[in-house]
Amino acid sequence: MADILSTPLTAWHEAHGAKMAPFAGWNMPIQYEGILAEHKHTRESASVFDICHMGEFLISGPGAQEALMKAVSHSLANLAEGRCRYGFILNEQGGVLDDCIIYHLGPDYFMVVVNAACCEQDFNVLKSRLAGLKVEDISERTAKIDLQGPKAVEVMEDFLGEDLHDLGYFAFRYTTWQGSKMMVSRTGYTGELGYELYIDASRAVDLWEGLLGDARVRPAGLGARDTLRMESGLALYGHELDTEHTPVEAGMGIMMKSEADYVGRAGLAAVREKLLPLELDGRRAPRHGDSIELDGKVVGRVTSGTFAPSLNRAIAFAWVKAEAADAGSYEVVTPRARLAAKTVSLPFYKQGTARTKLAPKA
Amino acid sequence: MSNPTDLKYVKSHEWVRIEGEEAVVGISQFAQEALGDITYVEIPQVDDEVEAGSECGSLESVKAASDLISPVSGKVIAINEELENAPEIINQDPYGKGWIYRVKLSGLPDDLLDAAVYEAVCAEESH
Repeated sequence: MADILSTPLTAWHEAHGAKMAPFAGWNMPIQYEGILAEHKHTRESASVFDICHMGEFLISGPGAQEALMKAVSHSLANLAEGRCRYGFILNEQGGVLDDCIIYHLGPDYFMVVVNAACCEQDFNVLKSRLAGLKVEDISERTAKIDLQGPKAVEVMEDFLGEDLHDLGYFAFRYTTWQGSKMMVSRTGYTGELGYELYIDASRAVDLWEGLLGDARVRPAGLGARDTLRMESGLALYGHELDTEHTPVEAGMGIMMKSEADYVGRAGLAAVREKLLPLELDGRRAPRHGDSIELDGKVVGRVTSGTFAPSLNRAIAFAWVKAEAADAGSYEVVTPRARLAAKTVSLPFYKQGTARTKLAPKA
Repeated sequence: MSNPTDLKYVKSHEWVRIEGEEAVVGISQFAQEALGDITYVEIPQVDDEVEAGSECGSLESVKAASDLISPVSGKVIAINEELENAPEIINQDPYGKGWIYRVKLSGLPDDLLDAAVYEAVCAEESH
């Protein structure tokens, strides 16, 4: 545990009774009152999540947009300033080095938000692909707190004294909170309406406690974050995404709209395995690594599986050989049982509020 | 931690309440806390023979799965059917409504622990 990293909020979590565990090298809160309660609260009200472990880079310099379009899969040609987009950093073969969100901050000026476990690798890859540009790692001085849930918009508007109805899905802007510059981004990882907030790390505890001052808000840990993202059909790097598979194989071909000649593009044509969303009849959950069988033969393996609290049944993602991917139903072999599973459409949970269009205030 | 003193415990964190020739089995407060929210319980069926120290079912939580080890030997005569659709009862009341099964005893192992000894086992495990 000697080398484990702490976020600006780790001490707060420990002082407030969170169950802590290492995640991607960071000492993170897994749960406070309990995963199921935190999950339910996020679906019904609003929760704050400490996401300070994720990495942020600033990229700038003449020609930054052109160069970045060749370094990542994101379609940036039509990404307006004030908007952000999800995409991938690929290797030469089209395998996924990381998934990330890119924010268009200004002319030839971007922010890239990456997974904690991939931060160092991503920085080095981008630095080498973007020779001559300024690539700055601002992770250490940047705190990221997510406010997620159907009541997030009212909470955030009350908190800031500012109308946010005009801020659409995958749009962001800067605001000032108690004299500090803060980015408010209408994005998230729960399938619910909400915001990702970026502020100087020195203000993390103030912002966290400030948001918790609203009775509608409670803290939620990485346990609930995982069940929420699973139900919403969102991939987790290292599980559904890895260097051995392309985003097309992971079912995200529809996102690959960039016409730029980006690294890995040529590799996208080959489809060897497909990522399938699976639903089970009971509560018993498949787990990462369990085998998928079809007619008694192993055709794949589970990448993530969990009991889905909002669906009251188990769900999973699995890599299945392309030639077996249309069968529709499979058997999952767990260490304790064989479970029947069928392919379903995403998201698993279809009542999420993330994309809600907010009518402008009169 | 308050573990009822009228129960006996085993190191694998199950409890047993001996009532004459029968006994009721469940998991301890320590076990339910370690597992977190329980989402699925696999229980032996009525008429199954269970053996002290052997696996007789399993418990799953959002984050983990764990074997259920029978603390006593005997024949299962009743199971808590509520747990199939509401396994969270174990989290809420592990020593009461969260009981798991009832057996007709065929013998008692000699390694059952008193509450005080069991608490020492838990204290050691949490460090």
